[in-house]
Formats: sequence, structure tokens, C-alpha cells
Amino acid sequence: MSDAAQALKAGPAPTVKPKISRDDWTMRLFMGIIAIYLAVTLVMPLYAMLSKSFSTYKVDLSGYGLQVDTGSGWGDETTLDAINAKHGAFKASDLAGSSDTRLSPLALFPDFSFRSPTKYRLKNLRPDVVFLFGSERVADAEWHEYTSNDFRRISLRPVKDIGASNYLRYFSTPSLFYSIYNSLFIAAISTLITVTIAFGFAYALSRSCMRFKGFFRLVAMVPILVPSLLPGIALVYLFGNQGVLKDLLFGHSIYGPIGIVIGSVFFTLPHAFIIIQTALSISDARLYEAAVSLRASKWKTFWTVTIPGARYGLISAAFVVFNLVITDFGLPKVIGGQFNVLAVDIYKQVIGQQNFEMGAVVSVVLLVPALLAFAIDRIVQRRQVALLTARSVAYEPTPSTRFDRLCLLYCAFVAVFILGLLGMCQYAALIKFWPYDLSFSLTNYNFDVMDGGGWASYGNSIKLALWTAGIGTCIIFSGAYIVEKMNGFTWGRGIFQLVAMMPMAIPGMVLGLAYIFFFNEPSNPFNFIYGTLGILVVCTVTHFYTVGHLTALTALKQMDPEFEAVSSSLKQPVWRLFSRITVPVCLPAILNISIYIFVNAMTTVSAVVFLYSPDTTLASVAVLNMDDAGDIAPAAAMGMMIFYTNALARIVHLLLSRGIVTRTQAWRAR
Amino acid sequence: MRNSFVKKLAVGAFASVALLTLGNRAANAETELTVYTAVEAEDLKKYAAKFNEDHPDIKIKWVRDSTGIVTAKLLAEKNNPQADVVWGLAATSLLLLKSEGMLEAYAPAGVDKLDSKFVDTSTPPTWVGMDAWVAAVCYNTVEAKKHNLTPPKSWKDLTDAKYKGHVIMPNPNSSGTGFLDVSSWLQMFGEEGGWKYMDGLHQNIARYTHSGSKPCKLAAAGEIPIGVSFAFRGAKSKAAGAPLEIIVPEEGVGWDMEATAIVAGTSKVDAAKKLVDWSITKKANEMYNGGYAVVAMPGVAKPVEHFPENLLEKMIKNDFEFAANNRKRILGEWQKRYDSKSEPKS
Repeated sequence: MSDAAQALKAGPAPTVKPKISRDDWTMRLFMGIIAIYLAVTLVMPLYAMLSKSFSTYKVDLSGYGLQVDTGSGWGDETTLDAINAKHGAFKASDLAGSSDTRLSPLALFPDFSFRSPTKYRLKNLRPDVVFLFGSERVADAEWHEYTSNDFRRISLRPVKDIGASNYLRYFSTPSLFYSIYNSLFIAAISTLITVTIAFGFAYALSRSCMRFKGFFRLVAMVPILVPSLLPGIALVYLFGNQGVLKDLLFGHSIYGPIGIVIGSVFFTLPHAFIIIQTALSISDARLYEAAVSLRASKWKTFWTVTIPGARYGLISAAFVVFNLVITDFGLPKVIGGQFNVLAVDIYKQVIGQQNFEMGAVVSVVLLVPALLAFAIDRIVQRRQVALLTARSVAYEPTPSTRFDRLCLLYCAFVAVFILGLLGMCQYAALIKFWPYDLSFSLTNYNFDVMDGGGWASYGNSIKLALWTAGIGTCIIFSGAYIVEKMNGFTWGRGIFQLVAMMPMAIPGMVLGLAYIFFFNEPSNPFNFIYGTLGILVVCTVTHFYTVGHLTALTALKQMDPEFEAVSSSLKQPVWRLFSRITVPVCLPAILNISIYIFVNAMTTVSAVVFLYSPDTTLASVAVLNMDDAGDIAPAAAMGMMIFYTNALARIVHLLLSRGIVTRTQAWRAR
Repeated sequence: MRNSFVKKLAVGAFASVALLTLGNRAANAETELTVYTAVEAEDLKKYAAKFNEDHPDIKIKWVRDSTGIVTAKLLAEKNNPQADVVWGLAATSLLLLKSEGMLEAYAPAGVDKLDSKFVDTSTPPTWVGMDAWVAAVCYNTVEAKKHNLTPPKSWKDLTDAKYKGHVIMPNPNSSGTGFLDVSSWLQMFGEEGGWKYMDGLHQNIARYTHSGSKPCKLAAAGEIPIGVSFAFRGAKSKAAGAPLEIIVPEEGVGWDMEATAIVAGTSKVDAAKKLVDWSITKKANEMYNGGYAVVAMPGVAKPVEHFPENLLEKMIKNDFEFAANNRKRILGEWQKRYDSKSEPKS
């Protein structure tokens, strides 16, 4: 406050602008804090990653001094570069490499023989240049003498450089860039299937009078509660070589695109369903009445009324699903077999080959389709709003025995698909030794003797989810409040809004990798959070920022700006309005934000897989690691633990919001 | 009003304060060593407990992951090491770390009692070995019978067309076991012959897994008849009741050793030295012998149940320096040849 007051006093020469009130300063201060938060947790790590993708390594031959003794004393001092210029043994592309490149200089000496009496002396001419003798690191600036037999054990190490050579190498390595095609292919196929199934499901629920609608709505939401790896594990048990339904694949292997697509349909279905259901529910009954009076056939009505009415929802759902599939990492990791996709490539480059620069390159490549899909979705969603008019009449379906039965059958089929996959996981988790000993046992729950951190990681996941939900909700809701209700400062709000939308377009893998580059730098003042639960909380909040932000904005937009006007004319500070009016009124939305973050923090793998530490192993990562080690049944068991936890959290959330709604929202039902 | 405003600020700062407390690490009276390892998860508790019998004041905090991941983690943290000790990581990986100057040279008490093969060649050594970890083929007799397969006797047998689609091996780019297979083939069959062999083998591989133990676990679960993995894993799965036969191909098998080293820059050098000293004692070697048939101290090893008998003779003369210094090149070549097996298989 005193700061704000001083800033006011010490402000520049008087202007004709309206005076900025103390409340405005408070809000600007808070916006500044949250903006700094977003800059540190999102913008700067991404910048660090982008620059990493241009950070290259090359062997600098001019950094090595050389003398040769062929039996008649030491010859003239020269550099390896000069020798290379003479023979041209190495081309520029041979010298480019990554941080773990080792180059043998022998190719520079065409008549080298390890038996010859020739001796060599090697020296580093610059402090950053290093070579290895065997695996001994030689970094000083002295001459080192080697016999021919020893000289063959020399390897040159690369120095840092900047350039686009990582990208060049990426696009000239077929096994790498082929993944772009694979990723686009499975994302497109999965999108087509998911949107079709979700549309049918939403259509049946909103346009028929079938029974058990509530049940089906519940079932459709189930996949949100499990990590995306879980359907993959279920598919192994259903369609793997020992799978119970293996014959249904007619000899095709589940490991590959088939598995990825089926699993993707499972875990993206709820997202598509929510969007399409919203789109279908806002359709106008008057159009259907008009169609009936014009004697249009049902078929024609469907294509001329229903589909156009839901088109923005369909497009939006398609892009959301596309984005989810192309950025998902867990599922292709489990069931992808030899089918390489971009998200798994990042993991392979970073974890398998320790090639962080190439990991950064693949991340940038993955960002392109993700950003595109996101941008198109935003544009489409903006138009969707314009469809609603005040005069619309809600559509009420009329009973029709045949149609309702058909819908029920269809929904039952989808429900069996969803519950079947889950049920299979639970069943497999309880089997002692698949497929040779089918007796029931709890040995698979003995997580402590397996990879992934044991039961502690389950506890950590809950801790992470609670922290993330708590802190995340505070930050996100306050941020949204300030953007929505602040006066003036339009350009600042615009930038804030843009940054707040960004996380949705950033794949989790990319965010996680960016965090390593940014936070693991010892010179970074925030370095202390590396390896703690703190970095996981920060990363998860940022990863799921956008949806929470949008939820909060929607709730806040429903509140009349008059509240602010009245409160300020009553000389009430903004924080009082915020805590006494805004928060209680928006409590349902706030609860929704927290449960959304909680559930996602329990299931996320992609962003945290690079960031967890021994103290902070997570249940979702444990599922991945146990599957990786071949302990598939325990992985299924842990996955189901996540499911039960999330289901419980959902129920608690439901009861809580009911209680709160009756207490604080009584005014709504007057 | 001013008071409440301060309160409001405090509430607003809640998030950042909470983050700070999250970031703090608990400081204990006893020394806690962060130990990075690739030892199988089920053995870690036993290792720590045995060590604590002699050193109750040093607490071990394990960071366990597969060889590739632990190596990547250590390299990533090069400028800001989090580990104090590496206990149980492939020697080829430790050679990589050594050449980055990341390991503290230290000759543990009693190092002269170890087989010299198991000690780093520098003086003082930067790492000391624990046990050898030997490649083997896990062969599921039940599933093989269903497909009318006969057990392969040699690596070359595995290229026979009858095994097409029935073999799984680890991807050397991520798995230490996969890499030791590849590097052993290149050493046994020569550079050209090795790649030619892998070209043939690749035709029969159903898929490459991320980790080295998974092929054997998949074979144990009947998911595939033949899994190229390592003997230790096979013996464990066999003990768990899987219908496995552990085959040691007659040409010889690749191996790597698990080894121990102190990470340079650790603030707990004394405790780290105690741990490394202990890691080469007879007691420790006897402990390693629980799962590994070949350990660093001569004369300690007793036969391990379910382990193939002729394993020791079949271990090739492994050139670790070759493996470490050519790792990058070999993996690049491997990826170029086989990792692009990406066409949608149907």
C-alpha cells in the first residue's frame, strides 16, 4: 500500500488521464505478480528450450596442436585443422555432433599404423578444447606424447557452437522425420473416429428419450480419471499375444497404430463428448418445427439442421482431440511398438540417447501442429458464441420406441468399451501370474519391490494433486479476476490473456523438457526448486492453466460489472468485494477448477516425466516405469489406484459443491 | 483497513511462500547419501539394509531407473550434480561420466582384493566393479511349442526364418542390455559381420523394447516366445514360476559390469567413501552373489539357482573402452538401420 501511495506521489508530471485509484494499483500489482509467475514458468523456459535447439556441438580441429616424430625428431608444430585442410579427411558434417560426440583423429593420417614407431604429440590450444586418452579426460594446455599404439586411443571431444545443424540433421534422418507423418496419421484417424463416436453418443443423449441417460453421462466421463497409459495396458491384456480377445484382430498386431488409435479414442472421448454435447444442447427447437412443417425427412433435417447447428462444436472437438492425441506420450509409449511418434521421440532422444539438443528440436517440431490446431480451435470457438440468441427455444426430444432403443443399444456399446477396458485392467491387476497362474492374489500391489518408487509415489501423487489444486486455483482465479475486472491498462491485459492461453497449446513433454533447460541451470535463481515437489507443482499448474483460466473467466463474465461500480462508490476496497462477493458467487466455478487440476495432476505423465526426483516419484510415472520394466500387471494395479482416487475426489467434489451451492447460491433460485 | 490490506498481501503471497517451503529439504542429523543406481528395484531394500548393518549412521536415498535413464540424468545434471554416489551402474556409463570429469577418483580400502578386470585402469581408479551382468536369451518353452519352435543354440540361429516375429530385444538406444548385446556382436563378429548379423536378426524382431528386462518379462508372460535379455532377469522370472529356459548362445555373450563411483563435487565425501569401501567388501560381494553368478571378488561366487552353468566361460573378452568411445557412433548407425522400422505394420 505504501509503495502504491509513494508511486502515486512520485509519479510523473500530472496528466489528464483519470486518476488511477488505489484499487487499480492493487490490481496492477497483483497482475504484475501473476504475469511474472507466468513469465518465469512458461515464457522463459520455452525460450531456454528454443535456444537449446540451436545449441550445437562440433569438433574444432583448429583447437588441437600436433607434432609428429617419424624417427628423425619432432617435426614442425601444426594443427589438426591444417592437416585436414590438406587431406580433406573430414567434411563439415563429420565434425558436427552432439554433446557426447567422440571423434577419432586417425582418419587424418592415411598411413597410420599402430605398429609403426611414429610418435605423436597433442596439445589443446584453447581452454575449451578437450580430448580423451582412452576415457581419461585431457583438458590442460600441455603437450602430451603418445606412441602410435597409444595414439589410436585418442578421441576428440566437441565444443559448443550455435547454428541450425540440429535441424539439418533432424530432417536428414529418416527414422526421425518419419515420425511427423506417423504422428499426423494417428492423430487424424483417431480424431475422425473419436468425433464420430462422441457425436453419436451426445446425439443419443440429447435427442432421444432413452433410459439411463445419467448413467451414460457418468460413464462417458470415466476416461478423464485415468492416465492415458491405462487403456494401452488394457489393450495388451485384451489383444496382446496372450490377450483374451486376440482373435478379433485377425492376426494384426495391437502394438502399433491400431493400439494407439483404439487407446486414443478411449482417452479423448470425454473431451469430444463434452464439447459436442454443449453444441447440440444449444440448438434451436424452432428450426426443427420449421423442418417438420416443411415436411423435410428426418435424414434431411439431420444434415440441414442438426449438423450445421453443431458444426462449430464438431470442429472444435476435432481440434481438441487432434491436439490431445498428437501430444500424448503415455499411450504410444506403452502400445506403440515400433511405430515412432513425435512425443515418444522426445523421450527417446532425451532419456535414451542423452541428446538434449535433438530433444529440443523434436519439441519445436511437435509445437507446430499443436499450435496450429490450437489456433484454429480458438478462432472457431469465438464464432460459436454468436450462435446463441435470446429467442432460441430449447429442443425437447419426443419419445420414439425404435429410435430410443437404437440409441440405448449404441450407448451401451460405447459404455461396454469404456468399462470393459477399465475392468480388464482391474482384473489383470488381481491375477497372480498372467497367463500361467490365473488365481487371484494381491502380489501386484506390492509396489515397493518394483520400479517407480512404490507406494510412496502414490502418496506423492496425492500430495502433488492437493498442492496443485490449492495453489493453482488461487493463482488462476485471481489472474482471471484481474484480467476480467480491471479498468484500463488494455494492452497489459491483452498480453496477459495471450500468455494465459498459451499453456493449452504447449505439449506436456515440451514443457517438461523446457523446465529442465531453464531450472537446472545453476545460475538460475529459481534453481533451488529443481528436484523438489515444488517444480512439479509449478509445472502442473502451468500445464493446466488455460482450462482453469477459461472456466474462471466464464464465471466472472456472468457477474455484472455494476458490482465493481457500486463497491467503489461505497468506498469499499477491491479485495473486500473480491472476498465477500466475487469468490462466494463463483464458488462452483472455483471448485470445478480445483477438481479439474486435481484429476489432471493425478494422471499427468508427459510434463512431469523429466522432472520427478527420488523423493517425488509419482503414481502416474510409476505406471509408466513399471510397464517399461515389464511389470505390466502392477502397472495396471497402480493405474487403477489412480482411477479410484480420482473417482473418490469427484464424489467429494460433488458433495462439497452441493453443500456449498445450497449455502451460498440460495439467491440464484429465488 | 491498513491491517487488512497487509493481511490480504500475506494471503496473496501464500503461494510463493508455500513454494519456498516445498523447496526446502529436510536436514537430518544422520548423513543421507543420494545414490543413483540401475540395480533391480527388488534388490535395493536388501542392499541398503545390509549396508546399514555396518553403517547405521548413513542413510541411503535411492534414485533407481534403467541404465539409460540414470546415465542421462547424471549427464543432464553435470553442472549441478544431485547424486553423491553411483552404486550399481554399467561400467560403460561410468566411463562416459569419467570422460566428462564427473567422477571423483578414489581407491577404496581393499581394492587390491578385487579381480583387476573389475577395477578402472586409472590410478587411483574412478570406479570399482561389483558384479557382471551377462546377456542371455529367455526362451518360453510353452509358447515355443505352440509355434513349433526349437530352442536356438547360437546367436546365428536366431536369424533363422522360423523365428520371424517371435523375438523381442531391447533397443540399445535406451537400454544398457541392448547396447551390450550390440557391442558384443560387433566385437565377436567384427564390425562388418556384426551389422550383417543384426540385419538378419532385425527381420525376426517383433519389436524393440525400451528396457532390458522387459523382453525377458514378456517371454515369461508368454507375450513372445523369445526375449533377448540378461541371465539375472531370466533366473528371477524362472524362480517366479515362468516356463522359461535360459539359453547362453554358444558364440559367447556380451556383458557389462555394475560398478560404483563417487560423484565429483559431493559435499559428503567421507560418507561416500565409506559406502564405496563397503561396496567392495566380501560381505557386499556375497550379497551381489544373491542374484549375480559373477562378482568382482575372486573366490566368493557360488552358483546361483536357475543360472545357466556355462555362463562364465561364455563371457566374451569385453573391451569397455571400445564400447564407451564408440557408443555414439554405434547407436547412430543402429538407429539409422533399424529404428526407422516405422511403417504402419498391419
